[in-house]
Amino acid sequence: MVKKLGTRDVYGEVLVRLGQQNPNIVVLDADLSCSTRTCKFAEAFPERFFNMGIAEQDMISTAAGLAAAGKIAFVSTFAVFATGRAWDQIRQSLCYSQQNVKIVASHSGITVGEDSATHQANEDISLMRNLPNMSIIVPADGIETEKALEYLVKYDNRPVYLRLSRYKFPVIFDSQYVFRKGKAIVLEEGTEATVIAIGLMVSRALEAQQMLKEQGISVRVINMSTIKPIDREAIISAAQETGAVVTAEEHSIIGGLGSAVAEVLSEQCPVPLKRIGIKDCFGISGDADELLNYYGLNAQSIVQSVKEIIDKKKKV
Amino acid sequence: MSLPENKILELKEIARQLRVEVLKMLTLAGSGHTGGSLSIIEILVTLYFFKLRYDPKNPTWPDRDRFVLSKGHGAPALYAILARLGYFNEAELKKLRKINEMLQGHPYNISTPGIEISTGSLGQGLSAANGMALAAKLDKAKWRVYVLMGDGETQEGQIWEAAMTAAHYHLDNLCGIIDANKLQIDGSVCEIMNVEPMKEKWEAFGWQVLEADGHNLHSLSTAFDQCEKIKGKPCMIIAHTVKGKGVSFMEGKVGYHGVAPTEEELEKALLELR
Repeated sequence: MVKKLGTRDVYGEVLVRLGQQNPNIVVLDADLSCSTRTCKFAEAFPERFFNMGIAEQDMISTAAGLAAAGKIAFVSTFAVFATGRAWDQIRQSLCYSQQNVKIVASHSGITVGEDSATHQANEDISLMRNLPNMSIIVPADGIETEKALEYLVKYDNRPVYLRLSRYKFPVIFDSQYVFRKGKAIVLEEGTEATVIAIGLMVSRALEAQQMLKEQGISVRVINMSTIKPIDREAIISAAQETGAVVTAEEHSIIGGLGSAVAEVLSEQCPVPLKRIGIKDCFGISGDADELLNYYGLNAQSIVQSVKEIIDKKKKV
Repeated sequence: MSLPENKILELKEIARQLRVEVLKMLTLAGSGHTGGSLSIIEILVTLYFFKLRYDPKNPTWPDRDRFVLSKGHGAPALYAILARLGYFNEAELKKLRKINEMLQGHPYNISTPGIEISTGSLGQGLSAANGMALAAKLDKAKWRVYVLMGDGETQEGQIWEAAMTAAHYHLDNLCGIIDANKLQIDGSVCEIMNVEPMKEKWEAFGWQVLEADGHNLHSLSTAFDQCEKIKGKPCMIIAHTVKGKGVSFMEGKVGYHGVAPTEEELEKALLELR
């Protein structure tokens, strides 16, 4: 049985621990504290928790003000509201003003499920990626979520967008794992192609790698948990050494991981590329697992894409 | 402790000099917001020469009062006052809006000492000021937060989100000021999108509301003193002003919202401000 952890559940617990260690940490939420798990921090430190009501724009700029006065502000709500509703506030109050605000958004991607397209954020990475001074981190499991949170409090005082999920992820790292912002992790070595994945697609990529291995195909798997600043070296060496790249993300293929990798490849080392993700469409209601299959966000689809890209590579 | 008469005379002279400075800066820059810079001069003079605690030699002094210019397009007036106080060299004023210089078209906290947070896109400053006031409360600090908005700016929905927040968290260490100059780019505020009745709106949102003559130093200083005594809720001072104040041919003229004076206009204006 694969151990699974909800990245938002880990967030809720780690936030309380970080709050105990650092009295400067404050947390803001927009009426979704039970869903984002910031309610645990609210219970432990009621005086340092601010429920801002259903008002995301105000929440972001208020967090900027708290940070300007020396606080470390965590801001949480669903990914779709955190990024879409408050983009200009994030741009001016956080990024341009360079404030120490950490946006930790839950309920990203299609796996929000039954709540349908209005609540499924498939465009959030794209919205955050074009902002100067913004970092973007998408943890591959609960352990990486914990390590990233610890890292961000300790080493980073710029705005960051940490993308979490409602859906529970298989655990792939052990407690010794060391997170470094901007550093990709090669999880499996391989020679014929590279799969670069983020979030829950990392565990799918590892599954696909096993399936391909059984068929005699050797594939490198990279966890690109920091989308920005992206690890260009890891992408270039993967392209040079394996000659073909597949990206896999639970996000639109426009503006997210696939685009970021394509930008690096096309400028520095063009090789055949295939992007797995949501193909420029809105989602629909459904069970999360059914939706992942419906949109081709699974190991089978990665296997298929790897085979296609290897064929393409041979033809080039 | 309201302003004594001799001090008022001194500050009136400073306000006159600042108007001259602002007009010169804008003419040199060749662009910028004239009307809304001239309407906030007395508000800024009262704050910086009477009310605020700060140290230009140590702009990030933790116990300073915070001032946020939410209506960021009033930047020239703020820059002129900050330079006069010694936050940066007065020579910078001549390079307003020029490439690779300190003074950006709208306030930028990273480049300019004395700017607490970047503003320009309207409606965000009150929220940021609330955040600062919350931080002061958490730290049990004595410093206060002042935030200046435009009347047109209160058309932004975020202002009303922030209005709720300030009252909900009982931010009595926060003072809002509305530069009620009655005009916005496209015309008069009441014709474009009426924000009246302002007093009743802010009161309904849980604020104590004071009104002042925004060009009268005595009226403003009295309001700021009163504001400090209010407990348990935030205070809003509606400062009634005239856009383009101090230059007859700019007063109440929509056309001077986002337009800098020409050389000839500057000459004419300076004659009036002698």
